[in-house]
Amino acid sequence: MKVKYLKLDKAEGPLIVMNEVEGAVYDEIVEIQMPSERRMGKVVQIDRDKVIIQVFQGTSGISLNDVSVSFTGKPMEIPLSPEILGRVFSGIAVPIDGAGEIYSSKYYNINGRPMNPVARLYPRNYIQTGISSIDGLITLIRGQKLPIFSGDGLPHNQVAAQIVRQARISDEEAGKFAVVFAAMGIKHDEADYFRKVFEEAGVMDRVVMFMNLADDPVVERIITPRCALTAAEYLAFECDMHVLVIMTDITSYCEALREISSAREEVPSRKGYPGYLYSDLASLYERAGMLKDSKGSITQIPILTMPNDDITHPVPDLTGYITEGQIVLNRSLYQMGIYPPINVLPSLSRLMKDGIGKEYTREDHPDVANQVFSAYSRVQEIRALAQVIGEDELSETDKKYMEFGRQFEERFAKQDFEEDRDIFKTLDLMWELLAILPEQELTRIDPSLVKKYLRK
Amino acid sequence: MANQGKIININGPVVKAVHMEGFMVREMVMVGEKKLIGEVISLEKDLGTIQVYEETSGLRMGEEVHGTGMPLCVKLGPGIIGNIFDGIERPLSKIYDSGQKFIPEGIGLISIDESKKWDVRILAKPGDMLDSGDVFAVVQETSMVDHKIMVPPGIKGRVTEVAESGSYNIRQTLVALENQGKKYELAMYQEWPVRKPRPVARRMPIEKLLVTGQRVIDTFFPLAKGGTAAIPGGFGTGKTITQHQLAKWSDADIIVYIGCGERGNEMTEVLEDFPKLKDPRTGKPLMDRTVLIANTSNMPVAAREASIYTGITIAEYFRDMGYNVAIMADSTSRWAEALREIAGRLEEMPAEEGYPAYLASRLAAFYERAGYVKNLNGTEGSITVIGAVSPAGGDFSEPVTQATKRIVGAFLALDRELAYARHFPSINWLSSYSGYVPMLGGWFKENVAPDMMALRVKMLRILQEENKLMDIVKLVGEDVLPDDQRVILEISRIIKMGYLQQNAYHPQDSYVPLSRQYRMLKVIERLYDRAYSCVKNGIPLSKIKDEKLFSDIIMMKYNASDEKPGLFQELEERIDRYYDGLESVYKEGAANES
Ligand SMILES: Nc1ncnc2c1ncn2[C@@H]1O[C@H](COP(=O)(O)OP(=O)(O)O)[C@@H](O)[C@H]1O
Ligand SMILES: [Mg+2]
Repeated sequence: MKVKYLKLDKAEGPLIVMNEVEGAVYDEIVEIQMPSERRMGKVVQIDRDKVIIQVFQGTSGISLNDVSVSFTGKPMEIPLSPEILGRVFSGIAVPIDGAGEIYSSKYYNINGRPMNPVARLYPRNYIQTGISSIDGLITLIRGQKLPIFSGDGLPHNQVAAQIVRQARISDEEAGKFAVVFAAMGIKHDEADYFRKVFEEAGVMDRVVMFMNLADDPVVERIITPRCALTAAEYLAFECDMHVLVIMTDITSYCEALREISSAREEVPSRKGYPGYLYSDLASLYERAGMLKDSKGSITQIPILTMPNDDITHPVPDLTGYITEGQIVLNRSLYQMGIYPPINVLPSLSRLMKDGIGKEYTREDHPDVANQVFSAYSRVQEIRALAQVIGEDELSETDKKYMEFGRQFEERFAKQDFEEDRDIFKTLDLMWELLAILPEQELTRIDPSLVKKYLRK
Repeated sequence: MANQGKIININGPVVKAVHMEGFMVREMVMVGEKKLIGEVISLEKDLGTIQVYEETSGLRMGEEVHGTGMPLCVKLGPGIIGNIFDGIERPLSKIYDSGQKFIPEGIGLISIDESKKWDVRILAKPGDMLDSGDVFAVVQETSMVDHKIMVPPGIKGRVTEVAESGSYNIRQTLVALENQGKKYELAMYQEWPVRKPRPVARRMPIEKLLVTGQRVIDTFFPLAKGGTAAIPGGFGTGKTITQHQLAKWSDADIIVYIGCGERGNEMTEVLEDFPKLKDPRTGKPLMDRTVLIANTSNMPVAAREASIYTGITIAEYFRDMGYNVAIMADSTSRWAEALREIAGRLEEMPAEEGYPAYLASRLAAFYERAGYVKNLNGTEGSITVIGAVSPAGGDFSEPVTQATKRIVGAFLALDRELAYARHFPSINWLSSYSGYVPMLGGWFKENVAPDMMALRVKMLRILQEENKLMDIVKLVGEDVLPDDQRVILEISRIIKMGYLQQNAYHPQDSYVPLSRQYRMLKVIERLYDRAYSCVKNGIPLSKIKDEKLFSDIIMMKYNASDEKPGLFQELEERIDRYYDGLESVYKEGAANES
């Protein structure tokens, strides 16, 4: 039995306030019927008989009297079945592709629940993306959450698209592969770009899209990734699929959260973002992973744009604290014509250590990656020095590092959008680069590996 | 009849209820139909404010709040070691075994296994006088831990009855005491409120090293048994790996590892790896001395606030048995943020960056529970607390880092630049410090070598000198420096690459005993002394720097092992031979010239 209320006491920004409500349930979904449309909201605070509701579509156009509000008594749930593959939904999981409703007897709470750490399986299998910087130095592991830290105008979409196209899943598992795409506040042309990429890659029938675009209601954005992740959990853990989740743009998501928080007059922490931003982001990112008694996996590639390219901004900062590494794109590399403009130094894959080496990629991978990192970081110091004293004045060894740096960027980092390099090609390239340096500089590599792999 | 309140306000993890007159502040309560666990944080007239340790989504206005008459407690007894609990000591493996891959709400208050039988050896005899803390029975809990069953604090008396040694579960009475007409029945477990430190006889001075096998820590910024340390660092600088290394290799008897608001996979990793890793001292699986507390970042924040108290209370309990306990909290910043979030929901007046004004005092009270002590039962035990700190934006001037820095004895500052260059552990040797150095001098002298501390100082000086020289090098390059300064740069390079850097994933390098640390330092010292005196004799640096010798010294960490004890001596001999040769050539040259 649903109780209907016919009067609001306040409507402002994303919130409505109602008095004299009985028995409201925290986090329950409410339906708001207006003369010509229906909106949805959820209860975000209850104080005696006063209830604060966050309206997903915002309050613009709502009048205090001409509405009826009914309480469902339940948090938001969405119906899921294997039919969702190939479908397109709005940011709150309403089908928008004209192909009808999803019929299922099973409804899933979009908030999910924390995975029991005992139930988790530690991810150890690498995914070959065909991109050297990633495979060689920031290896992606199945079940990992590895975001792309980007900036306005940088090619994060292309990098994500290239990963989707090239990510190699062994043949016997190819049929078990799915992509869940969550758009939050991105532009139409970006969404179209992804759709085109999926089509060209011939995977459209394995993609589920949840679309909240730039001109869609801002508050819906809070719901979008939760719907997407609930779908991903369903596909991974009930249908045994390997699911790649792309969520973009996390920065828009956080801005929506900030907007609601400030409407609720909460005490802000840094840059006006709410104090619970960390926990909130964790409730999304931690939904990646694998389970012991399930064959599927959820790999997340969230994309965020760093305001002012500032990695210490709360959105990238808190993200980096939760995710299992980050792929950092860099403007000056991009301006030098290097695609993908991945700056490997601040980038990191925390799960790589367990998914590379002898049993996974090749025995030399850990050491050689370590060495390339430290050499390239040395390049940065030497470049700074060369700026002051001139390259000619550098010592012989330093000059070799300069050459290493150039070739690293031109031959290793730089790669065509269409170019798919396998892991051995990538590792061999790394050795070729290291061959530029005097051998005694290779202090991070086991001498026996140097002997075996270093060909001058 | 138990007390009963009625919910009138719900705001995330904070719930308010009326009719709460009969409740106590800090009382544990059951909230709503699902019986979510909560804790009363304040009372005003009939209004009570409660923080709820489980997800409140789905909680309804007007549902009831039931009292338990007890503060938030943990059960202490056999079954803790080797286990993993949530922030309020609910057993996650047991929850998993009951079919829960995802953690539901309303699972109630369960804790250590009450039905499991343990082999108990009873030590007490009828007529014995037992005091608080006295051990009356022992259970071998794991291959590494003898669990001593103690008389709970506040209880004492004459033994009237004892059970036979044999197999019991933790609820069965083992010993009965009588004191002035009062009778006590003691079983294998006791309960203790987490927010209250367990009593000790007295504190003792700190004078023993907590050996970690991590060169930069043991040699340069040593930790002490009973001391405190903070590991601050931005994301990806190595806090967790450092904490894991300490949990694996430090020479504590018991490890309590709290994953406080961090990644689920990091707990899973420990669960998968520790049973396979062997303790270097006993050869037993490391899990056999470890207990995990997990409140991952997506678990309820109120339980995050409680998790560090649960952890430290467990640590105190094992300390009371006479053990050296090390407790790691990764990360205390998440705990502080939980505090902030709850304070925010309570509309408390925020101080700096939204944190409540009592942040510093709460942090201090937590670290204060560390210490080297004489226990009530006369044994000695210790708790070493090592907290990771995750400063927003990697900026150490933020409130949690600053408040922590004022309290802790050792500060291991992780450095983003070093991490980017993959110099791990990225502990910055200029900004880190250990206040325990003066207290540990005697220990090093006795247990390592008389000149260990002198070596330490000598190496640190070289590094500090290098730092000054680098300011010049950055401006004009290395070539313009005189050779006696360039030798400092070369030796620093060796210290940094060959000694400070330590690869946690390299089987040979992950753990390095102190004896080997000392030998490595001696080799570097020999190289420095000989090279320096050659420079002073006018021999050019290009001759002094023998590439092969230098790189072999950098690589000695990978080649040294207990099977090859001769390596260091070989290196020293090579150094001597090389520089003897060099000097004699130059002496001849000089003699010929004159
Ligand atoms: N001692 C070490 N040896 C080798 N690699 C390390 C070491 N410490 C840190 N790392 C590297 O740094 C990464 C981040 O470390 P982590 O401890 O997870 O950082 P934090 O907890 O500070 O975010 C690890 O995944 C690993 O690649
Ligand atoms: Mg960490």
